[in-house]
Amino acid sequence: MATTLDPVTAVPALPSVELTAHAGDLFNIDAALTEEERAIRDTVRAFVDEKILPIIGQCYVDGRFPKELIPEMAEMGLLGSSLPEEYGCAGLSSVAYGLIMQELERGDSGIRSFASVQGALVMYPIFAFGSEEQRRTYLPRLAKAELIGCFGLTESDHGSNPSGMTTRAREQADGSWVINGGKMWITNGNMSDIAIVWAKTEDGESDKSIRGFIVHTDTPGFSVKETKGKLSLRASVTSELVFEDVHVAANALLPNSGGLKSPLMCLTQARYGIAWGVLGAALACFEEAVSYAKNRVMFDRPIGGFQIQQVRLADMLSEIVKGQLVALHLGRLKDAGNFTPVQVSLAKRNNVNIATEAARETRRLLGGNGILAEYAAMRHMANLESVYTYEGTHDVHSLIIGQAITGLNAFK
Amino acid sequence: MANVLVFAESRAGELRKVALEAVTAGRKLAELSGGGDVHVVLAGAAGIGAKAGALAAHGADKVLVLEDAGFTQYNPEALAATLAAQLKGGAYGFGLFSGTSHGRDLSPRVAAKLGVGLVPDLTGFTVEGGAVVGQHPINNAKVIATLVLEGTPTLLSVRPAAFAPLADARALVTEAMSSAVDPTASRVKVIELKQGNTDKIDLNDAPVIVAGGRGLKAAANFSLCEDLADAFGNAAVGATRAVTDDGWRPHSDQIGQTGRNVSPDLYIAAGISGAIQHLAGMRTSRTIVAINKDKDAPIFKIADYGIVGDALEVLPVLTAAVKAAKAS
Amino acid sequence: MKIAVCIKRVPVMEVKFAITADGSRYEETGLKYDINDFDLWAIEAALQLKEKAGAGSVHVVCLGPNAAQEQIRKAMAMGADSGVLLESDVRTYDGLTVARALAAELKDGGYDLILFGRVAVDSMNQMTGPMVAELLDLPVVTNVFKLDINGATGRAERVLEGASEVVEFPLPAVLTIDDGLNKERLPSLKGIMAAKKKPLDVKPTSLGAPQVTVRSMALPAERSAGRIVGEGADAVPELVRLLQTEAKVL
Repeated sequence: MATTLDPVTAVPALPSVELTAHAGDLFNIDAALTEEERAIRDTVRAFVDEKILPIIGQCYVDGRFPKELIPEMAEMGLLGSSLPEEYGCAGLSSVAYGLIMQELERGDSGIRSFASVQGALVMYPIFAFGSEEQRRTYLPRLAKAELIGCFGLTESDHGSNPSGMTTRAREQADGSWVINGGKMWITNGNMSDIAIVWAKTEDGESDKSIRGFIVHTDTPGFSVKETKGKLSLRASVTSELVFEDVHVAANALLPNSGGLKSPLMCLTQARYGIAWGVLGAALACFEEAVSYAKNRVMFDRPIGGFQIQQVRLADMLSEIVKGQLVALHLGRLKDAGNFTPVQVSLAKRNNVNIATEAARETRRLLGGNGILAEYAAMRHMANLESVYTYEGTHDVHSLIIGQAITGLNAFK
Repeated sequence: MANVLVFAESRAGELRKVALEAVTAGRKLAELSGGGDVHVVLAGAAGIGAKAGALAAHGADKVLVLEDAGFTQYNPEALAATLAAQLKGGAYGFGLFSGTSHGRDLSPRVAAKLGVGLVPDLTGFTVEGGAVVGQHPINNAKVIATLVLEGTPTLLSVRPAAFAPLADARALVTEAMSSAVDPTASRVKVIELKQGNTDKIDLNDAPVIVAGGRGLKAAANFSLCEDLADAFGNAAVGATRAVTDDGWRPHSDQIGQTGRNVSPDLYIAAGISGAIQHLAGMRTSRTIVAINKDKDAPIFKIADYGIVGDALEVLPVLTAAVKAAKAS
Repeated sequence: MKIAVCIKRVPVMEVKFAITADGSRYEETGLKYDINDFDLWAIEAALQLKEKAGAGSVHVVCLGPNAAQEQIRKAMAMGADSGVLLESDVRTYDGLTVARALAAELKDGGYDLILFGRVAVDSMNQMTGPMVAELLDLPVVTNVFKLDINGATGRAERVLEGASEVVEFPLPAVLTIDDGLNKERLPSLKGIMAAKKKPLDVKPTSLGAPQVTVRSMALPAERSAGRIVGEGADAVPELVRLLQTEAKVL
């Protein structure tokens, strides 16, 4: 880390970093990771450096998700990495999973979104709510990316309140189901072989009848349309799903799913990954800011020598360090079997917020260069607007936390 | 006062420039240690002895000529055994090698045979008592270590281009030397020498280097570097790791942390951003010129002179200007 | 094919180094460490040879401090089967003492090949491989950037300045691996998890008295600041003038 401390303090000077892609670790968070977690982090970092960073700026400009990287991501074991080895997954700790998300999002939020959806929103519900046969049929193939999946919960009129969903699944006499309705803002939609679709099995306001279904996207009546014209998450596939009398067999139902709780549990998993992931975006922006501040000379010295820039950088790093400690503590609680959705809300809300600020401040520090695609800041800034909104908007999480603090429901 | 034994590197029957550098360094070593003799080992196929004159012209008191078909190609096992035997006799206080691919292959073998230490790739040295105190770059040449070795004998290698050959004419005295072992019995056999383009100066010998990087956009544009090198007349063309990895230039042209280390008088970096990998290989060049489109490129921090511009545009104009300057 | 690969734990070089107040060494606080670049290519070469032969084993040997276990685990995460740490806190620049310690460990291993990286990027000694070979009386080929093993013989191409030479050698042999032979694989997550269960032996080791010692260390002289001469082709005349009159290289 590039910080030479005042020699008057007896603290040893840290080695300053020359033009490196990875700023150091001021709070020595590395020491709180196991050797294996560091090794996992380093290997994903190397993958992102070599394979993602060289192409991602162009992918973003072109509005293209780099599908060609999927086989290698799968080969490395990045998909569903915290699920058990018996299903072909890596069986990693939650902290390791978090570090993977962090490194992927250091590349781009769109890359991490792909992995979040496949792992936390497709593989996890099959693992948590599926039958043993469903697990054995689907999980190994999803881990290898032989199948790609998406998660159908959000609807155009029901984003923050999924309990109002209008998609319906009607049970037929023979136990099969017919699904009608539509889903919006579905990551991976156009690339998917299967969709985990959440539908009410009874009409009415109650969300108790919500069940989950594994629907193959080539089922007649199932159509997917890509959402164009995005100015955020451009290196990600976002789609609209439409179900017109989509007929699925009885064994498409996730038997242990029931009520809104089921999809929310999936969201909790994904939000946990996002709390780590956005730190990667923040770190990428911070490192870009430091490198630029040290190299860009104005009025005779590097701009990093001006007070305003130093305050920016100090603020950025402070928030990143705090966010890292929140994520790490949450990961350890999760691994101990001890975490709550409200804790995840706090982490997601806080970390996304500090990341959006880091990206924006970096964009500003870079001056004119900060609007160019060859620098990462504005791309991250734009992406993080989506991350701020999805998986529970910032505001929704505020109310979740507020209710936990006060016991009073401010949602209505 | 101790004698110095120098190994003179040759290739395909010709002395290499590093051999003369080594003799100069050996001469310096002899002077600093009380004025002993400098003996130079010259090995090769029949006829190599005819090249001994240049060694004497740079300070060799005696040239030990080992002419044998078994040394037509590099024969490390026989050479190591022979040199070790020669050094063991006790007549020598020092053994000196070039810090080249051959020299750094050979010198450790000799050191291990004699059970003595070795200080490698020195950019400078003094002598204190019987010990060599030398500067050796470490940490990708970002730190200079001063190492001390006292051995019997003391073995060292010197960095190419660190000791410019100095004329120091002596009478030519040669002595036939024979291999200490049967050269045909070597387990390691060099079966072919693949010369690079022998018209071109080697990167370590060239006073001027024109190096190109990704900013040249395509392999074919390296012709612009070659044109500029031709205009100088005594220049070699180098490349960054990025373009050698992509196959634009041969691997042996790579200048950098994992490639060649060079120290020319003039280094022109065209379309090179200045990644640390690359800087490690050329930062000791006397004068550095950088041409890059991006005024914030790290290369400008190390360059003495910089032009902010497209190398593809600047190089042809520079070539013409150099030609004109040379002609006048 | 039984292959040993000798690796070294080295600081990651993308930092500005600082020298201690007494000038004796460089500051190590805050440095991060990894496997030496060239050793990664040696590990990769060994793994590829084992895969090509369809059978065999790759053993990693490392002389270093206790923390070097992390580097051995990384090699095992890449696919090496087992590792030995010759544990010593001594940071020495005497290649012969290192070679003696390694040779003692390797001597009775029955290896078909012993691979080294060409050079360690920290000490830049480039001598351990050939010295170990001498001590074990094995043939050694250095600076290998092309390699073919056929049963009991091998053919390698080694780097020269502006040229190369093709070399034949019998097995067992020692090779030092240069840039250009291969690109090292990334450890997969499964590999990292599997590495935890692979055997890693820690053997406290004392090195012999060194003949090469470090008197001091220093940073190279700073280059004086340069300047931008101008923009585009228009700047050429001024550059040429400076090269002639100021730098005197033209």
